[in-house]
Amino acid sequence: MIGVELRKLFRRPRTWATIAVLNALPVLVAVLLQLTDLAPRPGEGPPFLSAVLTNGALFPLAALAIVLPLFLPIAVAVVAGDAVAGEAQAGTLRYLLVRPAGRTRLLVAKLLAVVAFVLVTVLVVAAVGYVVGATLFEAQPTGGTSVSGTSLSQEELAGRSLLAIGYVTVSMLGVAAFGLFFSTLTDSPLAAALGALAVLVTSSLLFTLDAASPIAPYLPTRYWLAFVDLFRDPVLWRDVVRGLALQGVYVGVLLAAAWANFTTKDVTS
Amino acid sequence: MSAVIRTTGLVKRYGRLRAVDGIDLDVRAGDVYGFLGANGSGKTTTVRMLLGLVLPTAGEVELLGERMPRAGRRVLPRVGALVEGPAHHGHLSGRANLSLIDAAGPGGSGRTRRARIEEVLDQVGLGGIDRRPVRAYSLGMRQRLGLAAALLRRPELLVLDEPTNGLDPQGITEIRELLLELNRRGTTVFLSSHLLAEVEQLCTRVGVLDRGRLVLQDELVRLTAPTGATVVSTPEAGRVRAVLDGRVLGVDGDRVVVRGADPAEVNARLVAAGVPVSALALQRPTLEEVVLAAAGTSADRVEAPR
Repeated sequence: MIGVELRKLFRRPRTWATIAVLNALPVLVAVLLQLTDLAPRPGEGPPFLSAVLTNGALFPLAALAIVLPLFLPIAVAVVAGDAVAGEAQAGTLRYLLVRPAGRTRLLVAKLLAVVAFVLVTVLVVAAVGYVVGATLFEAQPTGGTSVSGTSLSQEELAGRSLLAIGYVTVSMLGVAAFGLFFSTLTDSPLAAALGALAVLVTSSLLFTLDAASPIAPYLPTRYWLAFVDLFRDPVLWRDVVRGLALQGVYVGVLLAAAWANFTTKDVTS
Repeated sequence: MSAVIRTTGLVKRYGRLRAVDGIDLDVRAGDVYGFLGANGSGKTTTVRMLLGLVLPTAGEVELLGERMPRAGRRVLPRVGALVEGPAHHGHLSGRANLSLIDAAGPGGSGRTRRARIEEVLDQVGLGGIDRRPVRAYSLGMRQRLGLAAALLRRPELLVLDEPTNGLDPQGITEIRELLLELNRRGTTVFLSSHLLAEVEQLCTRVGVLDRGRLVLQDELVRLTAPTGATVVSTPEAGRVRAVLDGRVLGVDGDRVVVRGADPAEVNARLVAAGVPVSALALQRPTLEEVVLAAAGTSADRVEAPR
């Protein structure tokens, strides 16, 4: 079943078009930086971008930081929102269910396919970032510099980059869970994706509002950029751990709601 | 004969509307069952409840002897279904679509998949189909592909909702022959339709749904059994009444309905009296007449309140 869903997702031209578009922005930024030599000052602009001119090895992280606030969540919301509602709109959902695929199994397979999409997308962005960083900028073979100013060996940098990739993936699971939940509520994939995006926009907006500070720790986007903390020396685990826990709660609750709704719902599409 | 589909007191309520209102279906092994009803009479909702897509408000569904939707995982692999038109992934080829749906559930071995796909494509007349995406198929081809998907695991029961939608007359004949052939080999066919002619040509048993109620369920031959009257066509309709005194039930132009289930006897008396007879037949109600007598007005008619 999961194989079927993966085949469906990755044999679809749209999936690869999304990933390609997602990579276009970091590449454009890299080219502009290389041509103008004008890096943002440290502390301004997306994280890590100020450092890439001197160390291309940091560009995968800069690339992730560029797509993380908007592009990546949009892509994830679209794919997750399409998961069930897309099948409903195309009419294929009823044939999957009378096949019978089993409602719980279908939902789990859809979730795993979305997770696979998130992972592949994040890895491709990081890989393209690595290639771009290595070709356009000078990579320092000795390793990199931490955000705290101390130097990191190449192994340390690679290890922490992998951790960061994992953390970004988990952050996106919250978006995926929102998308999947809305996807079981409606027969319109567009509505489901927009619903998930509305949650993110609301969350980002409240995050900037002082009056909303009591609820700030519970906003789904609150700890997204905490992956930067993985590059402090020593690693500042507090926000990373909180971010993982928060995403875990969101994913758990939303999937339970999606399951409860989908398994008891009349499929009339 | 064992029941292949049995429902008892099946009800589906949407708010105050009772879309399906206590129906007791009884489809037996070997039947070609015609499930008739106007648009909006609850046919599709019933079909969806049979297959576990819509959950009943009350009542029970038994499919192949097991309770639905609980036993869906065991029962549904033995059922082929076409519900409200075919649906496929437009960017994939017909073969890829069949392969995906076959892999998506139990009861379809991966080793025999390729052979089974070729077999059903041949059966529905798409054997020579190329790799073009389903998006480029005509309506009739999609319908055939949907039927192929339903046949993929040689089901014991076929549940088909309007299976000849979008087909041309040749296609309809072809699919009818295919269904009859499958039925001869032991497949029970449950066919929902609003096309009376189609049901009359294909089915052995008929159920008629009217506004959520099953108003009729019987063998087709019984429903269209002779009424005990004879229909005489004659250019001199007026003289028939004089010859067959008191037996004339009705006159319509040159057609006269006469009481008496023996056309030969009617003929002999008319000819002896010198009344020319151009045609003679036992009166049988058509399925259309039976259905119209059993069901009320069209369900999608919305009358203005008086």
